[in-house]
Amino acid sequence: MEDTGTTPGVLTAKAAGLVGCVQCGRVNPAGTTTCGRCGSQVSTRDETSLQRVWAWLFAGLVVYIPANIYPMLRTQILGQESNSTIYGGVVDLLHHGSYGVAAIVFIASIIIPVSKFIAIAYLALSINHRVKLSAHTRHKLYEVVEFIGRWSMIDVFVVAILSSLVQLDFAASINPGIAAVSFALSVSFTMLSAESFDARLIWDADGDDDHNG
Amino acid sequence: MSLETTGDLPDLSELIACPNCDALHLERDVAPGDTAYCVRCHAVLEAPRKTAMTRIIMLALAALILMVAAIFFPFLELEAAGRMHRSSLLDTIMAFSNGLTAPLTLAMVALIVVLPSIRFIALIYVLAPMAAGYPPARHAEWAFRIADHLRPWAMAEVFIVGVAVALVKVAGMAHIFIGPAFWAFVALVIVTVLKDNFMSRLTLWKTLERRRAS
Repeated sequence: MEDTGTTPGVLTAKAAGLVGCVQCGRVNPAGTTTCGRCGSQVSTRDETSLQRVWAWLFAGLVVYIPANIYPMLRTQILGQESNSTIYGGVVDLLHHGSYGVAAIVFIASIIIPVSKFIAIAYLALSINHRVKLSAHTRHKLYEVVEFIGRWSMIDVFVVAILSSLVQLDFAASINPGIAAVSFALSVSFTMLSAESFDARLIWDADGDDDHNG
Repeated sequence: MSLETTGDLPDLSELIACPNCDALHLERDVAPGDTAYCVRCHAVLEAPRKTAMTRIIMLALAALILMVAAIFFPFLELEAAGRMHRSSLLDTIMAFSNGLTAPLTLAMVALIVVLPSIRFIALIYVLAPMAAGYPPARHAEWAFRIADHLRPWAMAEVFIVGVAVALVKVAGMAHIFIGPAFWAFVALVIVTVLKDNFMSRLTLWKTLERRRAS
């Protein structure tokens, strides 16, 4: 179990001419399209996987731009209105001295989305190009991307809570800005992009080398 | 145990393919409390736990009850300059309902209330008949697939971190009173995490298949 390199001589369902189910692990005979145990759609490899990954990823990138340009929060204090973007919100928090919260928002709304774009693009490219990272490391990377994506939603929820809570008429009120919508869309699109990825593709190059060699 | 050549391929029902990397393994019954890992990618294949079924049902039921409490009790109260503003979970969800951000309202309802609730109900529907010794309910396979697909989209725990961040942001300018619904929601998140820890997808699918056949 300690072996962390590639394991030579592992037979895959694909190499054996069978169809494995990614939902329940059942091995189906060749040519099966509906899993015999759980009824999911099965295929040896999801051929359209990469196309869908790129499509959702670009959609996510496109809506991420307005999410950063337009205001996320519209704050009104004693009749004076001020808008703040995602980045501006982080700077405000730093000025108030809430470094911990500023770090959470900065990581969730800037670091995670940007590194997710890069990580998904890298994984998708690694299927058809030779890359430095081993299949094992890339598999870990994929697991991290899948786990962490939803946490970017934090900022959208913060906006919702602030907008519902701070409604004191003239004294102070907070309303959501249009960037909240595009940011939520961006997070959803990248989640869909990561879900479309057929993780088994990561291991195929390794497996083929072992068996054809 | 993994396989190396196609020569010694047994009956298909005695095989299991790793959902993450497609490596074939010989199907063996894993003892409760033990965990089976994939030889190649080390992902968890099976992790059966004693009385897992009953525990998952109980936790899902508890989560459903807490969800009802979280929706109807007061969530947070804000006091500033002698004015009070009380908001419930529903107010929070409806925060986006004016103007251009209206579509987000639907997304909020789905992510925080509807999708988590559907997951709880689907799991109870799949597991309750089996735990009571009956064969699985009709369309149990379908319900379990739904529950699994919705998993990343049920964002209760993300929401609660969002609440914490928002509270820190407002704490400087006003008094905040935390209502019972807030604590109900915190408990709901803890229950959800506990429940997901007991779940072993492949084990559940095997159980479902065996009970359906018998």
